[in-house]
Order: sequence, then C-alpha cells, then structure tokens
Amino acid sequence: MQLSYEKSVPGRRAIALDPLDVPEAVLPAALCRKEPAALPELGELDVVRHFTRLSKLNFGIDSHFYPLGSCTMKYNPKLAEAVAALSGFAHLHPHLSTSPAFWKHCQGAFELIHETEQWLAEIAGMKDVTLQPIAGAHGELTGTLLMAAYHRDRGSKKDTILIPDSAHGTNPASAAIAGFKVLEIPSHEDGTLRLDSVKAAMNDSVAGIMMTCPNTHGLFEPAVAEIADLMHANDALVYYDGANLNAIMGIARPGDLGFDVMHYNLHKTFATPHGMGGPGSGPVGVGERLAPYLPGPRVVKGEDGFELRNLEKSIGRVAAFFGNFMMAVRAYAYMSHLGKDGLRQASENAVLNANYIFAQLKHVYEPAFDLPFMHECVFTAVPQAKKGVRALDIAKALLDRGFHAPTVYFPLTVKESLMIEPTETESRETMDEFCDAMLEIAEAVDSDPESLREAPKTMPVGRLDEVRAARQLNCAC
Amino acid sequence: MTWVPSTAAERDAMLSVIGVQTIDDLFASVPAELRAKSWALPAGISEMAVRARLEKWAARNAGGVTSFLGGGAYDHFIPAAVDALTSRSEFYTAYTPYQPECSQGTLQSIYEYQSAICRLTGLDYANASLYDGGTAVFEATTMAVRLTRRTRIVCHASLNPIYRSMLETHVANLDLELVDGESPEGAACVIVQNPGFLGDIEDFTALAERCHEEGALLVMSFYPISLGLLKTPGEIGVDIAIAEGQCLGVPLNFGGPWLGIMATRKEHVRKMPGRIAAATEDAQGRRGFVLTLQAREQHIRREKAMSNICSNEALCALRALVYLTLLGKEGLRDVARHCHSKAEYLKKRLSFAQILNHGPTFNEFAVRLPRNAEEAADALVSRGFLAGLPLASLGAGEPNDLLIAVTERRTREELDAFAHALEEVCN
Amino acid sequence: MFPKDMKFTKDHEWVREEDGVYTVGITAFAAEQLGDITYVELPEVGAEMEQGDSAASVESVKAASDVYAPVGGRVCDINHDLESAPELVNQDPYEQGWFFRLEGVRPAQLKTLLDADAYEKYVGEQEH
Ligand SMILES: Cc1ncc(COP(=O)(O)O)c(C=O)c1O
Repeated sequence: MQLSYEKSVPGRRAIALDPLDVPEAVLPAALCRKEPAALPELGELDVVRHFTRLSKLNFGIDSHFYPLGSCTMKYNPKLAEAVAALSGFAHLHPHLSTSPAFWKHCQGAFELIHETEQWLAEIAGMKDVTLQPIAGAHGELTGTLLMAAYHRDRGSKKDTILIPDSAHGTNPASAAIAGFKVLEIPSHEDGTLRLDSVKAAMNDSVAGIMMTCPNTHGLFEPAVAEIADLMHANDALVYYDGANLNAIMGIARPGDLGFDVMHYNLHKTFATPHGMGGPGSGPVGVGERLAPYLPGPRVVKGEDGFELRNLEKSIGRVAAFFGNFMMAVRAYAYMSHLGKDGLRQASENAVLNANYIFAQLKHVYEPAFDLPFMHECVFTAVPQAKKGVRALDIAKALLDRGFHAPTVYFPLTVKESLMIEPTETESRETMDEFCDAMLEIAEAVDSDPESLREAPKTMPVGRLDEVRAARQLNCAC
Repeated sequence: MTWVPSTAAERDAMLSVIGVQTIDDLFASVPAELRAKSWALPAGISEMAVRARLEKWAARNAGGVTSFLGGGAYDHFIPAAVDALTSRSEFYTAYTPYQPECSQGTLQSIYEYQSAICRLTGLDYANASLYDGGTAVFEATTMAVRLTRRTRIVCHASLNPIYRSMLETHVANLDLELVDGESPEGAACVIVQNPGFLGDIEDFTALAERCHEEGALLVMSFYPISLGLLKTPGEIGVDIAIAEGQCLGVPLNFGGPWLGIMATRKEHVRKMPGRIAAATEDAQGRRGFVLTLQAREQHIRREKAMSNICSNEALCALRALVYLTLLGKEGLRDVARHCHSKAEYLKKRLSFAQILNHGPTFNEFAVRLPRNAEEAADALVSRGFLAGLPLASLGAGEPNDLLIAVTERRTREELDAFAHALEEVCN
Repeated sequence: MFPKDMKFTKDHEWVREEDGVYTVGITAFAAEQLGDITYVELPEVGAEMEQGDSAASVESVKAASDVYAPVGGRVCDINHDLESAPELVNQDPYEQGWFFRLEGVRPAQLKTLLDADAYEKYVGEQEH
C-alpha cells in the first residue's frame, strides 16, 4: 500500500482553523525553523481511507483468535472502551492533582485510583498498590528500585538479582537498568525452578529473586514458598512477575505465596486492549517490607475527601502523575463487573481452555514438559524441525488458516517453542477450529512441507526480508 | 458468565476430553496450603451499574471549564477523525507486530509515524514510541551514558521539575552523577527543554557546539506543537530529541496514557531504545514493513539490552500520526501560529501582573500575581476557568506565581473574559 | 575443518599471529549460529584490552553476541569494511571477515587457547 507521503498533493488540506481572531504575533526568525515540517498534504477522506485500509491489513482480537502465549489476548470489553471515553476522565488535566486548591475538582478520579488499588491489592494479597508504572516492564523497574531502596535503607550492599533462565527478557533487562547484577538460574529439565539451584546461587550479595508463577512454561512452581523462605532467611526479597496472574485469580495469591513485590499487567489479566503494542499499565503491589518505599504522590482518604500524600521513605515519582490512568478506568470496569466470582471463573476457564487445547494437540505435537499446564501450554516443534518445518513455518501456516500464531521462540529454554494461551474468552468451536488447523498442519509436515515453508500465501505480503531491512535500514521517508 | 462463552455442558464435555472430573482437578499442582487466604472482593455488578458508577465519578471531576493549565500537558483540539480511526478494533485489539504478515497496518503506521517525527524534528531516526515524556528523559540519559561511557548528567534549569524528579528516582541505584547547570565538561549529556518549563524559548545552538567540543551529547525535550514554528532539534544540533507527545491528538487522560517520543542522529541509532520499524520486501518484491534492529531489545539481549521497554504506547503513536496527517504541513504551522499569537495577546491583557519571562515565549508563560496563585486559581474554577498551574506547588516559583498556557482552542472572548476574571480575583 | 594456523576460544573467537600482530575474528561455526550478520560493532583503535574483555559485538536479525579479546593487547587496526558489509563475516570469516588487530600481546597467553583440533572437538560437543 502507498504511504501517506506518496499520496500527498501540494496545497490539499483536511483541517482548517477559524481565522486568527487576535493580532498575529511573530517570533524572531533566528528562533524559527527554516522550512515547515514536510507532513503529508491530504484531504480528510484521503486520510480516513488511508487509515481504514491500513487497519484492514491487521489481525486483531475482534476479528481473529490470537493465542499468543504469555500475552493473554483476551477479549477487550466494549464496556471498558465506553467508560474510558467519558469526558470527565478523558479530558481531565492531571495538574489538577498538583495543587491542593484543585483537589476538590478531581475527587472522582482520585476515588477511582483508590478503589482500583484496593481491588488489585486484595486480588494478589498485597498490602498496597501503586498505579504509576506505565507497563509491565516499568513495574519491574519500579519493583527492583523498591528492592534497592529497601537494602540501601538497611545499609546493605546486596547487588545481585537471581532470575530463572525461563524468565521474560524484561526481567533481566529491568534488573540491570535498575543497577543490579543479574545471575541466571537454570530451570530443571521438568520446567520448574528447583530450590537446590537457587540455594547454589545464594550468597550475601543476593538482593532478591524475580519469579513468574505459573512460570513461562505454564507450570506452577512447586518450590515457590520454599524459595521465598530461603530468600527471606537471607534478608533478600522476592519479586512476582504478574504476567501470568490470569491463571490463579481466586486460587492463589502472590502475597500468600511469600512475594514481597509484584507487577500486574492490566493489559493482560484485566482485559485492557494491547493497542498494537501499547499502552499497557503495570501497577506494582507491595507487602509489608516494601510498603514504606512506594512511589508518590499517593491518593489517600482524608477528612474532606481524597488527597495526595508522599511517604517519608518514598523512592519518588516513576511517572509524572498516576501512570496510565485510563487503563485503570478500563480495568476497574472489568473487575467490578466480574466481581469476586467472575474473576475466579475467568482463571478457571483460562486454565480449562488451555488444557482442552493441550489434550487435542499433545498426541501430535511434542509437549515441552510433562507436568500439568495451567493457562498456557508449551510444545516443542523439534520433531517437525527435523523434517524441515520449523516453529516459524507453523506460525506462518496458521496465518493462512485464519488464526494468529502462538508465541514462538519464547521462552528461550524450549527449542522451537510453540506457546499457546487461548484465554477464557474463547469458545469451544473456535478452539476446535484452531486445533483442526494445527492437526492439519502437522499432517502437511509429512505430506507437503514445501507449502508450509512458503506460507503465508493469503496475507497482504509474504515473508519479508528482515536481513535486508536491518542492513539497509530504511526507517523513515 | 460474562465474557466467558462456555456453557456448563460445554465445560463438562471439555473436562472429559481432558480426562479429569472437575475444574479443580486442573489446579492440582497448586498445593492446598498455598491456596488464597482471602478473597474479600465485592460481587460483580451489571454493565449498567458499572457505567452508572463510573459516570458518577467522571461527573465529579472538573468539566466544562476553560483551561489555561499546561505545564507539560495541553488542551489542544482533537479532530473527530482521530478518534474515529484509532478506535477501529483492527488497531486497538491487535498485539505487537511480531508476525509482520498479519500486522502490516500496524507496521506501516509505525513507519509513517517515524517518518513524521523525523520530518518534525529534522533528525534521522525515531523509534516507535516510549512510555511518556518523563521516562523518555531517563531513556535518553542511559542512551547518552552508553554512547559516551561517561557518568555525569547535567540537568539544565529549563527542564520540567517533574521530569527532573522522575530522573532522580530512576537513576537512584546507578553510578551516575546528576548535577544542575549547563557545563558539558566531562558530561555524558546536558539535558535541556525547549521551550523551557516556564515557557522561555532559547536558542541552544551554541550549547550544542560546546557539548560536541567537550565530547558530550545534547539531549533536548521539545514540545511537538511548537515545532510548527520553532527551530528544529536537528537545526540546533541536538543529539537525542525527546518529547511528551500528548499534545498530538492524545487526550489529557488525567496523566496517561500519553506518548514518549524519541529521535536521534544516524550515528546513534544502534544505541536507541525501543522498537523500530523498517521497510523491506518479500520474495516477490512487494514492499512491506518489519520490526528491525531487535538485537538491541530485551527479548534478545536481556540484561545487556538498550532498555527494558517492551509494551510501549503504540496506539497513542497512531493517534499522533493520524493527527499530524490530518493537519499536514500547513495545518501544524497554523496551530502553532494560533497558540503563539493567542498567548501573546493574553500576555498583553495581564498588565496587572508581572510577566516573569524576559525573552520570547511560545504558548506558555509565567506571571507573578498580586495575590496568592493557589487562592486565585481556586476562586476562578467557580467562574469556569482553570487559571493555570500555581508554581509553588511544584517548588518551581513563589506563592504568587502562576504558569499560564494558551492553545488554539481559546477564543478572543475567552481570553478577554479570563484576563478580566483573573484581574478581579486579584483585587 | 578449522584453519590450522590460528587459535580458538570457547566463545568462538579465532586469533592468528603475523609479525607480532594478532588478528581476531569469529569462527565459521559462530557465524552460522548467529545467522545472517547485520551489524558489527568494533572497538576504538588504541583501546587497551585484557584477555577476556568484551571487545566487539555482532548482531543478526534474531541474536546478538559479544566478542571477547582472546588475548590482551592494544587495538591497532579494525576492519572498516564490516561497517558497510557485515555479511563478510558470514562469507569469509577467516580472511575478509576479520574484526580487529592487537599488538603488544603476551604470546604466553596464546597457550591458554584451543588449537584447531581441540576446537573442533569442542564444537562437536556443543552441537549435541
Ligand atoms: C512474562 C512476562 N513478563 C513481563 C512482560 C513485560 O510486560 P510489558 O510488555 O507490559 O512491559 C511480559 C509481556 O510481554 C511477559 O509476558
């Protein structure tokens, strides 16, 4: 498809302002740009068609099953979009929170923040929650900064964070960016983290560990409580990557498991849309140990309504205001509609659906692990790869069959991994159709591998030359 | 059950395919002693009741007021087509474009967005977005540290004090030295903002030269709308330009989601954080777009990645792109011209107050009122105005100082009425 | 399979001595593991390296890897051709695809490295 810049016609306009109703002011030429920015010149219908056509080149949840493991691509309720469009939220200036003089004019927003934090705290068994972190990875960074503040406060020089090799890449990246050394702990071949491996890495410099539970293999960590105890016995802390919280809502809570700090992904567990990669929201929850260090300012209930306060030992601000507030509005709508039972049922059905898909595929695709999967199941396409069809080819073949691909090549611990997370919002028919497609592809591995290697054939483009992209580097026109 | 389509009969059928009796059997790997100790949540309420509650909360926030509040976030007009196009579910319910063949809409829009940002800033490369303007300062800082292998960071007085404090929080555990001033000597970078937090336009061209002589980088936080008129970061000699992109078609959203913008020079692109899209071809020679230079990112480089960022603000970047595409070359200049001219008009109407800026400003300026600014601002809300930001509340001024922003949305009548009301409450 | 006139490390660098100058690159095995190489970052001429220091890095579309100095020394030359043609590392890893040259090397350090046979054996083990 043509670029908007290629469609540009000199002099064409989409938007006209009213004539300037005050005298025109002129800035000194030395402070001004030489040429106006060469943005496209198009009419409104040109622009509308351009982006409407672009949108049609995409798969989204509303049009396609999107079983991306670890990403929790559940349905994004329209209710949440409707309340996020309320002008009392959408057009509210955040500096109303800066001056106490304005606080009475944003009480509704403060109440929403406060309520959302309370819900999230109870869901995960945490003492307090901050909505400031802007995405999961920013939550990890905030969490590791909280860990650093805790140790600094105690005069300890602990500088290393343990991270299992199955962890998402953001875990080691966040810990490193927070200023920690990262020590990778190997997973056991059954896909779990063993207490022994953590013990072997334990020493005085260990500030804490980052875990995901269920882990990125889709498995509940059997030693999670013992690992937490080991950490606490050594004055180290335990971080919970909440990406997989959708497996255990109402079943188990990170706080009860011994975690000191965690992030939630509102864009996974709480159904806020992924928006082609963002915005998300990564609130951070803390237990007793880290509560004094939470970022501020915090919304608290005062005598005449809600007000802002900073904790004495706060690490400061990680966002300019309250993080991605509008994601909290959506998540609140989601949680309050589902309530106590609905949230638990969401997790139950997420686990049911993943196991249902697993049961249909496990005889044809090789399970990466033998332990029972929770909300996602992981296969290895090594047997197919030996016949010349890699996980990537299977992914592309699914696109031709009308399904988004599962997550492939993550986690890094599984060769040729195919990681499938259906979520609770998919129907049995959709999952059956997906499994049929997977089984048909498995047959084609033997009967017609070439067709899989050439997939996709029905998309707007075939496989693209990524090597050329990286070498020639054309990133703007 | 809302949002779960399975019926009880279907669940039973699925359980028998799996070969277990009950759903609880599927949770056998979670030991009894680790089960939730509490689950004290309210029962769910209907969609109707959720809406009613949120409408009530929304109504308790200042609405229908004429705003002069800025300080990093601005009340610009958002054309209807921005909402109409970006609320298409093919955009907002899609994931990160890791499978490029079914994500060309996303990838081409990122490429067009990067192009728009490059054309706006006069720089060579832009990324697909960062979280917001404040975290972009931190990302630019660590990028400058990587590029120069130096550890001193110099914050210029023009920088938004909130960005300054966010930076402090983010680097607290790093071996970096944060200093205030503008001397590039021995520094990784000097961070400036243009227009500055109090609205002053400065020409940082000479500072850019001094930075380069000293082997330091110039990082500039810019206000995208102002580049409808102002000298570009590229013309100034900036190495890393960053911005809060909220002003480009993103609602105020009580602080988020917003949009972190970053652009840089060719020679620095390999150290830039965040996703980047590039044009390439398929086997048949058709043009297509992919994510590129991913080896910089966390999913490949892990603890050695340029940043930990994964989810970004893609949908807000799309809003910015649609906004800029609608405005076009002349439209952006017009918006900037209107903002500047209206601010200048208002400035002249505030003769009862002292203007604190000594040089030129764009659309925002600071005044010292004859009265406490918080009190004045409070009094003006009931008259239908958000007067601006009382600067003392951020430690950025005296009790009587107020930061006033004017956008193209303000009419002459509103400006006259506001000037009049402000004068009245000050007397 | 691997050239006999050079030494190897377990991180898959090679080093070859000619007239007191030590040329360093990565092995064909490493290049193949990485896939099509898209970018090579080289050290600055004049930089002092200890044995085992991270000296360069190499990227493909899906992977990135550090290149360590197989022996200590001072960087006296770098292969500028790789800036515009990183594919040379895939095409000709031992000649045109070299990375950098070191001088002032203590020859004794070479003794800590693998010869072609030992490296070949090591690579064979890695593949399993
Ligand atoms: C296991 C895991 N951890 C962390 C993250 C990072 O979250 P975000 O993308 O919100 O920064 C992800 C998301 O992709 C994930 O799957």
